[in-house]
Amino acid sequence: MLPIADTTVVEATWVMIVKSLAIFAVIFGILPLMTVLERKLIGRFQHRYGPNRVGPFGILQPLADVGKLLSKEAFRPANAIGTLFILGPLLPVLSGVLALAIIPWGNVQDGVGLYGIDVPIGILYFFAVGSIAFYGLLLGGWSSGSKYSLLGAMRGAAQLISYEVAMGLSLLGVIMMGGSLSLVDIVEAQGSLWFIVPQFVGFLIFMMAGFAETNRTPFDMPEADAELVQGFMTEYGGMRFGSFLLVEYMEIIVVSGVAAAMFLGGWMGPGPGWLDPIWMLTKMLGLVLLFIWVRATLPRLRYDQLMGLGWKVLLPLATLNVLVTAILVVTT
Amino acid sequence: MAVLGAGVAEFPYLKDEDVVEVQRGPEPGGVGGAYRAFGETLRGLKTTMARLIEGPLTIEYPEEKTPVYPRFRGRHKLHKFEDTGLEKCVGCSLCAAACPADCIRVVAAENIPGDRVSAGERYAAVYEINLSRCIFCGYCEIACPFDAITMGHDYEMADYDRSDLIFTKEMLLAEPIERTPLRAEGE
Repeated sequence: MLPIADTTVVEATWVMIVKSLAIFAVIFGILPLMTVLERKLIGRFQHRYGPNRVGPFGILQPLADVGKLLSKEAFRPANAIGTLFILGPLLPVLSGVLALAIIPWGNVQDGVGLYGIDVPIGILYFFAVGSIAFYGLLLGGWSSGSKYSLLGAMRGAAQLISYEVAMGLSLLGVIMMGGSLSLVDIVEAQGSLWFIVPQFVGFLIFMMAGFAETNRTPFDMPEADAELVQGFMTEYGGMRFGSFLLVEYMEIIVVSGVAAAMFLGGWMGPGPGWLDPIWMLTKMLGLVLLFIWVRATLPRLRYDQLMGLGWKVLLPLATLNVLVTAILVVTT
Repeated sequence: MAVLGAGVAEFPYLKDEDVVEVQRGPEPGGVGGAYRAFGETLRGLKTTMARLIEGPLTIEYPEEKTPVYPRFRGRHKLHKFEDTGLEKCVGCSLCAAACPADCIRVVAAENIPGDRVSAGERYAAVYEINLSRCIFCGYCEIACPFDAITMGHDYEMADYDRSDLIFTKEMLLAEPIERTPLRAEGE
């Protein structure tokens, strides 16, 4: 079998299986906790407690939620397009899981790379795989046969074209400074100075585009629970709806992971080598908290406002950032 | 803007003036607009963080109850004389007459001299309040010439059956379980 991409360190197959299982176990352990954390924090931001009834401090709330979702009927509207409707929630899950693979948790230690996979095309893989999630959104919204879903999907498409370019450009500065596309190499290049300092503009643009990528407030127009009743998810019920929600959190983790690796020095931190994944996780959780904080603060933008922001502000800024970085990298 | 006169103080604007000055934010757009939007975003983030630090204001209701004021009108109580133990109600039906929701039913009976129930000539043989109709206006309390009926402090009266909400004389006379905290002085 041909390898999908050149890997820099060759490992035994069982090592890779164990690694992927470990990543799954950790991330899928964090995901439900993140939903509780988000609901509790949003509550605190609004002077209330949030869920605190199920289990100690409401920590078992996701269990109750999933139990409820599983007991629901997998409903399908009469004029939905069957296959695509089922494919809708599956594609984003696939994309999220695939994107998890490149988040670096640490460098090679004892012959084992503490990452899912380190590909030389690194960050391109993230963009390629991350964009698949939007197909799920578009297909799900279109095939539902409902106007709210279609509107949500349309907004999703409009959103996609406005932030993707700026997102790619925002990382270009980091790639130039790191001199590599591989996330591991980029983290290694941040040994002395985290890239958030020289690339602060890039970080801001990336985070804004990240909010749009994950469909989070203030850019949650595809969902827009107020006016589109969850947009592309309107017609979904049960665990299909649940997987859309799950993917949203998975994407937050992925975007936080990439941002932490690209700008916050990834696993860099004081302490012995085995602390590396914990440092990485801490930085990711910090960014997740930022996501929640922003959600508690900002109202939803109209989608022409997002397009204006993407094309008129973020794109020129990102281009300028790339230009200045390029000149500085070449001259020094 | 002219200074508001004494007679027009209740209006937020001057009645006689045609033009009302409105303060509007700067026009959006451009570099300045982006800069302002960024600043305002930071201000918003600061505001929500301040709310987080203030902590929740929730009163976790079933465990923790809002104290009521002394004059809160909750579930009715019927009273007895403390010294003789006789009921204060003499079955005059004035409360039933005053009740706008028509939820009180009183059937009076003559007191037998050896076995008095109330202090007066007659007593209430039947005294029922249909709490599913009661609007808690307190008119019965005002109408009563002997202070036999007062409004208590209990407000937790939900039940599974409408018929369970018809409170009889015995239930109204019984000392209610004090479930509602009373607001302290000055609280």
